[in-house]
Amino acid sequence: MTIATVISAASGGEGFAPPGPADFHLPPLFGEVTKPMVLVVLAAILVFAFTYLAARPAAVVPGRLQFAGEYVYGFVRNGIARESIGSEHFMKFVPYLFSLFLFIAVNNYFGLIPFIQYPTMSHFGFPLGLALLTWVLYIGVGIGKHGFLGYLKHVTIPTGVKGPVLVIIMPLEFLSNILVRPATLSLRLFANMFAGHLLLMLFAFGGEYLLFESTSLINGVAGVLSFVMFGAVTVLELLIMFLQAYVFTLLTATYLGESLADEH
Amino acid sequence: MSESLMAAAGEPNPLVPHTVEIVLGAVVFLLLVAAIAKFVVPRFEKAYAERTAAIEGGIAEAEQAQNEAKAALEQYTAQLADARHEAAAIREEAKEQGAQIIAEMRAQAQAEAERITSTAHAQIEAERAQVVAQLKSEVGALATELAGRIVGESLADDDRQKRTVARFIDELEGSAN
Repeated sequence: MTIATVISAASGGEGFAPPGPADFHLPPLFGEVTKPMVLVVLAAILVFAFTYLAARPAAVVPGRLQFAGEYVYGFVRNGIARESIGSEHFMKFVPYLFSLFLFIAVNNYFGLIPFIQYPTMSHFGFPLGLALLTWVLYIGVGIGKHGFLGYLKHVTIPTGVKGPVLVIIMPLEFLSNILVRPATLSLRLFANMFAGHLLLMLFAFGGEYLLFESTSLINGVAGVLSFVMFGAVTVLELLIMFLQAYVFTLLTATYLGESLADEH
Repeated sequence: MSESLMAAAGEPNPLVPHTVEIVLGAVVFLLLVAAIAKFVVPRFEKAYAERTAAIEGGIAEAEQAQNEAKAALEQYTAQLADARHEAAAIREEAKEQGAQIIAEMRAQAQAEAERITSTAHAQIEAERAQVVAQLKSEVGALATELAGRIVGESLADDDRQKRTVARFIDELEGSAN
């Protein structure tokens, strides 16, 4: 669709039209249903299918699939949940964190899978939804543990801070711990996926334009270079897509750990 | 999809979230969490627990085997010490018995020697007694003979002998008549 736009723009003599936010807004597939909506459901199905098949044998000596599943599960369970929340309470949150990690990772990797090539999380609504769930969860857990006022005190007054400086500290702490967190959490994921996909589109469309819409040799070389950059950015994206899923999950676990902590 | 349509819609602001996406994402994700909490996590935990149990069981088994081996070793060592002790005792006993046997033999030999000596003494004594008795009788005979000789010599003068002989003959002639 967008490629056609670019090509038509190019052939129309208006030069290269760089990809922009408009390229993320595809028309609905049918009715009101858009591609990212389908993908988000597909991701959930894929994650459940993989983990269910991996977990089903529950064998002492695991097969390959179970080993792979346990590897990821152990990574989230021990590496993220237990480290951040502490061995006392972490088991309650393992299903949430495990699902969160895999769900975000699969949605991110949709951006690189041929024929899908669309990172769901580049639509701000999805990361925002997840961030709001995390927000509700960690505040709920905090209130459940400390009581409403206790949690408010827990969040706004850092240990050891006394006197008039609290007048400045308290609003800042409230701002950073309650108001800003869901925004940063969702924006970080969204912006990474958005920018990464934009970059990939830029190098792909740009390379294509330079190679096929121009007769100049220099443009041809630049087009090849552009595709080389496309490959390099793809490798980079592979890393970023994992990293963003990890960071989102880790921060969620950290917030939960803070809510459950006795001291701020 | 063309330029004109996009231009009409304007550049969409990617930072404006679609409510439907927020809700859909959250709902789908919550369903996933529920499914994973119900079907996946318990099984992974079960596998973990079983594996831990298996490993701990293996360790316990190994410990038991080690203890058994240690006990067996102790037993063998004890048995070996016992055997050594026993051997030493047997050797000691044999030595004692040997000494005893030697002493007994010595005593026996001595007794035998004494017996032989005493028998010899008795025999010698008997023989001596016999000889003495024989000698006594022989000495009597000899003495008598010697005395006879001595007496006979005195009578053996020719005249006397002739007269004795003559008388004897006379007596014999007289008795014969």
